[in-house]
Amino acid sequence: MLETEGVTKSFGGVHALRGVDFSLAQGEIHALVGENGAGKSTLIKVLTGVYRPDEGTIRFDGREVSFHRPADAQRAGISTIYQEVNLVPLLSVARNIFLGREPRTRLGLVDVAAMNRRAAELVGSLGIDIDVTADLGTLGLGIQQMVALARAVSVDSRVVIMDEPTSSLEAKEVATLFDVARTLAARGVGLVFVSHRLDELWQLCDRVTVLRDGRRVHSGSMAELDRLGLIAHMLGREVAEVAREGATEFGDTHRRDQEPVLTAHGLQVRNRLHGVDLAVRPGEVLGLGGLLGSGRSETVKAVYGALPVRSGSVHVGGRPVRPNSVPHALRAGVALLSEDRKAEGIIADLSVRDNIALAVLPRFSRGGLVAEKRIDALVETFVRRLRIKAASPQQKVRELSGGNQQKVLIARWLCTEPKVFLLDEPTRGIDVGAKAEVQALIDELAEQGLAVVLISSEMDELVEGADRVVVLRDGAVSGELSEDRKTSAALLAALAGAAAEEEGGDE
Amino acid sequence: MSERLAMRTPAETPPKRRTRPRRIDADWIRRNGVYVALVLLLAINVVFTDNFVSEGTLRLQLIQVVPVLIVAIGMALVIGTEGIDLSVGAVMAIAAALIPLYIGYGTLVAVLVAVLAGAISGLLAGTLVGRVGVQPIIATLGIMVAGRGLANLFGGEIKSIRDPGIVELGSGSVLGIPYVVLIAAAVAAGAWFLVRRSTYGRRLVAIGGNKRAAELAGLPVRRVLVTTYVLCGLLAALAGVLLAARSQASDPTKLGLLMELSAITAVVLGGTPLSGGQVRIAGTVAGALLLQLITATLIFHDIPDSTAQIAQAVIVVAAVYVQLGRKKARR
Amino acid sequence: MTTALESPRPRGRSGASGRARLARLAQRQGALVILALVVLVATFTFDSFGTAGNLENIALQASFLAVVALGMTFVIMSGGIDLSVGSVFALGGVLAAWGAGHGTWVALLLPLGVCGLIGLVQGLVIARGGLPPFIVTLAGLLFARGLLLLISDEGATTYKVPPGSAFRELAQGSFLGIGYPVWIVAVAFAAGGLVLHRTSYGSTVLAIGGQEDAADLMGLAVLRTKVIAYTASGMLAGFGGLLMASYTSSGVTILGVGTELEVIAAVVLGGTLLTGGAGTVLGSLVGVLLLQVIRNVINQIGSLDSNWQAVISGTILLVVVTLQRWLATVQRE
Repeated sequence: MLETEGVTKSFGGVHALRGVDFSLAQGEIHALVGENGAGKSTLIKVLTGVYRPDEGTIRFDGREVSFHRPADAQRAGISTIYQEVNLVPLLSVARNIFLGREPRTRLGLVDVAAMNRRAAELVGSLGIDIDVTADLGTLGLGIQQMVALARAVSVDSRVVIMDEPTSSLEAKEVATLFDVARTLAARGVGLVFVSHRLDELWQLCDRVTVLRDGRRVHSGSMAELDRLGLIAHMLGREVAEVAREGATEFGDTHRRDQEPVLTAHGLQVRNRLHGVDLAVRPGEVLGLGGLLGSGRSETVKAVYGALPVRSGSVHVGGRPVRPNSVPHALRAGVALLSEDRKAEGIIADLSVRDNIALAVLPRFSRGGLVAEKRIDALVETFVRRLRIKAASPQQKVRELSGGNQQKVLIARWLCTEPKVFLLDEPTRGIDVGAKAEVQALIDELAEQGLAVVLISSEMDELVEGADRVVVLRDGAVSGELSEDRKTSAALLAALAGAAAEEEGGDE
Repeated sequence: MSERLAMRTPAETPPKRRTRPRRIDADWIRRNGVYVALVLLLAINVVFTDNFVSEGTLRLQLIQVVPVLIVAIGMALVIGTEGIDLSVGAVMAIAAALIPLYIGYGTLVAVLVAVLAGAISGLLAGTLVGRVGVQPIIATLGIMVAGRGLANLFGGEIKSIRDPGIVELGSGSVLGIPYVVLIAAAVAAGAWFLVRRSTYGRRLVAIGGNKRAAELAGLPVRRVLVTTYVLCGLLAALAGVLLAARSQASDPTKLGLLMELSAITAVVLGGTPLSGGQVRIAGTVAGALLLQLITATLIFHDIPDSTAQIAQAVIVVAAVYVQLGRKKARR
Repeated sequence: MTTALESPRPRGRSGASGRARLARLAQRQGALVILALVVLVATFTFDSFGTAGNLENIALQASFLAVVALGMTFVIMSGGIDLSVGSVFALGGVLAAWGAGHGTWVALLLPLGVCGLIGLVQGLVIARGGLPPFIVTLAGLLFARGLLLLISDEGATTYKVPPGSAFRELAQGSFLGIGYPVWIVAVAFAAGGLVLHRTSYGSTVLAIGGQEDAADLMGLAVLRTKVIAYTASGMLAGFGGLLMASYTSSGVTILGVGTELEVIAAVVLGGTLLTGGAGTVLGSLVGVLLLQVIRNVINQIGSLDSNWQAVISGTILLVVVTLQRWLATVQRE
């Protein structure tokens, strides 16, 4: 139904897509897979009219089409659901669904009553129970994602492209989303599905196309490809090699015989955390598991002083850390690699060098003036040690790949010589190669005696990477997996147990 | 001076592998267009304007550019934090209005009081923006409206200033260079040094680039913001004092009127993006000089005010368009 | 009247706590509360304040600014800003006064056409060229002022509306004892409220102001919507000037300096978020009235320097936005 043939697109001499053929049949759910930078998002943007291909053709319903703007693609019946919800938070659910196509009264004015009624019917038919007059922004992210899907349904889309729609959803919300997706496929809608959570692909998709370096390297039935085979295609490595090395780069467990360097007691954050206790020893990697909204990120942010705590205490090396003060936590030897790299991490227009040196400026200045030479030396050390691929330390961080941006941030925190390193989803959204490097680095740091708290949505990462896993639910510790009980099955059971008891919380 | 400073912009120092060899593209124009335009316009004037190359003319141009230049430097700092300060014109008027009131206590006291008033106004703006979280444009708009009213209340009608110290400050010179020009040069050099070499400067651009990330990196965001607005207020007040000293009068209703617009224009012409995260002091100096030279050129050639303003409008839009060209290309 | 223009919003289970809802109300209607208080106090303090004549005078004086504020409201809600309105206001007045010498229709259509054109060009440059509204309309301010000087011999000529011209009637006439400008403002704001809440154009404006990328990806006509907003703002600013010219029977060239800031202040006082995406047109009217009432009260206190008006307006603006910030935090909790 929707096909591309030999689509090529380049940006300033860099090829993002090279002669890609892709075809989507009616009523099928098609997985689009690749590392970051493989060309997935470029292909999606070509399909939805954000970019125009340099070469090649797009055919829709057998006819050659050329979309100049997203609106053109949409009018033709191609909708897109993005990772970040692309709706208007200050408008109501109903307005969001019908924006631009509101039902009118005879006078040509918007028929608000009819609009609300039809919106309620629509979301009801998708199995979502919400007040359609509520402002979208007051609802949970999962619900917002469904509203986006409802909008796609309401415009009678023939093709829906879902670009990482699940990355911020809870398991239960993912299940609902998949149900809705299957309903749509049964109605004959073609769906393109992109996700970094590989497990989801087998749950949902019929066929798969793998991209690497802007080329299509595989296309075929989803069921005929196993996990190892998929990763091999993505990486361009041999299947046996992947099997030997394991899916992650984590090594063995670490020594953990000393007194805890970080202890947190009874951390409370309004509406978020209700008394969380943590203790991490030097050289230990503590995994922090839990579903979205369980309070994982809030816990590390509270420890770091970036989230106002109501009560509770944090001690580092036996000494209390003043709550609600990032500078104080930093000085005590705590560092936080935030989950949201773009919004809370990098300063895109500053150089690699300035980004790395950002948190240590006071230590590297005298009389308010920056000690440039010492910073140069420091930056050079870290660029080499973390193998940051940048043209020069002066290159803007914006121009680096996601994985290298993440390494720059890790370097920023390592400069501060932390005793405790809090890592919130350190490998999310970075390509497989960089992922492996980051995982190996975490191991290395722990071996050198750093206490690491690792948050990850990937079970493999927690099970293989952490020495111990603390599972959170509803802002409190709900269980702990010690080293001997630490298996995927046990973790799944702990998470699932938590999920089963959770009733309709949509944080 | 500006040319020399321009040579040392950071983008040119490192040997980059991925950047293309130096050629004239949109990025180059954005960074250096203001200098080119300045040189071109100077050349045009040298050829076509009678008596342009005379000590008197050049000297007058330099003296006239001083207030805009000083205000624009403060503005550039604020814009670097992704802010804006609309109150600078009103602050100039307040500072100038205070001079006649306090001149009885001596020149120094009067000047200090005036400059202090600017700092206080900046402190208010900085507190509203940095601590309360009010949008810069609104916070400084309120101060602008209230400040102009206050200036009128303090100053009343036009007052002339006869104090010999103030007169000397406005009209005196050393080695043939007017004091006011020296002060402006010192301000520019100081600001350049601050942006380029101090921790404060680094923090300022980091905060302008990504405030949340700067917060999480432990930067004292609020303090830097407050400091920046205080500096801007201080500089605006200084400009007000110098302007009053030169004209030997204080006119609270007119002094500094629309100065915020000229200063913003100079900053933008100089290549500092309104989206923050970058401060280009040398560019701002050149921008102010260019603006002054444009006005002067039009006056030299008896082009009426109306045409001058229309021309200025077109220049501003063109300058911003050039500045934006690069960002678009990147997408 | 406040709720009449609001879209009905049943809040069955939106989940907002009572306190948050109160905070939200205060944020939106804070200016109304202050206006009511000031009017109340002034009525009891000054005998001359509450008289029909004075109140009508306030309404009339406020109407010129209100027209401009209506256009600004839509621009700000779309996430933009229009700094050119002061100059365009003055230009509209001069064009109207000049045009009145050539017939009433010229006096009406010329300013609307020229000012609308200025708005159109600004809108195109902003929407199509992607330039920041702040800078473009700043240039527009200079441009319009330059144009004004050009047609008025560098400001030396003040055009007069001929004594017998019907054009004078527009702002000097009255219906039911209330001046035409007040009626015009009432109709214009009612229409503005309908456009905002009951047309897809209104939703699109709010969508663009709230999340421009999203609006674009949803296939909304972002470009056209913005261009219309700026064109309307230019036209309305010109119309305000035209009314003023009719009222004063002349095209005063020095008008409108700083008007853009007064108008922005009024819109923000009225609860429209400067970041766009939310607001009401009625709020802007309240904002304009508040500023006008303050001016009037200061005039009532004969001994008070008129400069206090600026000081108080500015202070109120700062207090209100500080309160709004505070209320926003309360709401979030």
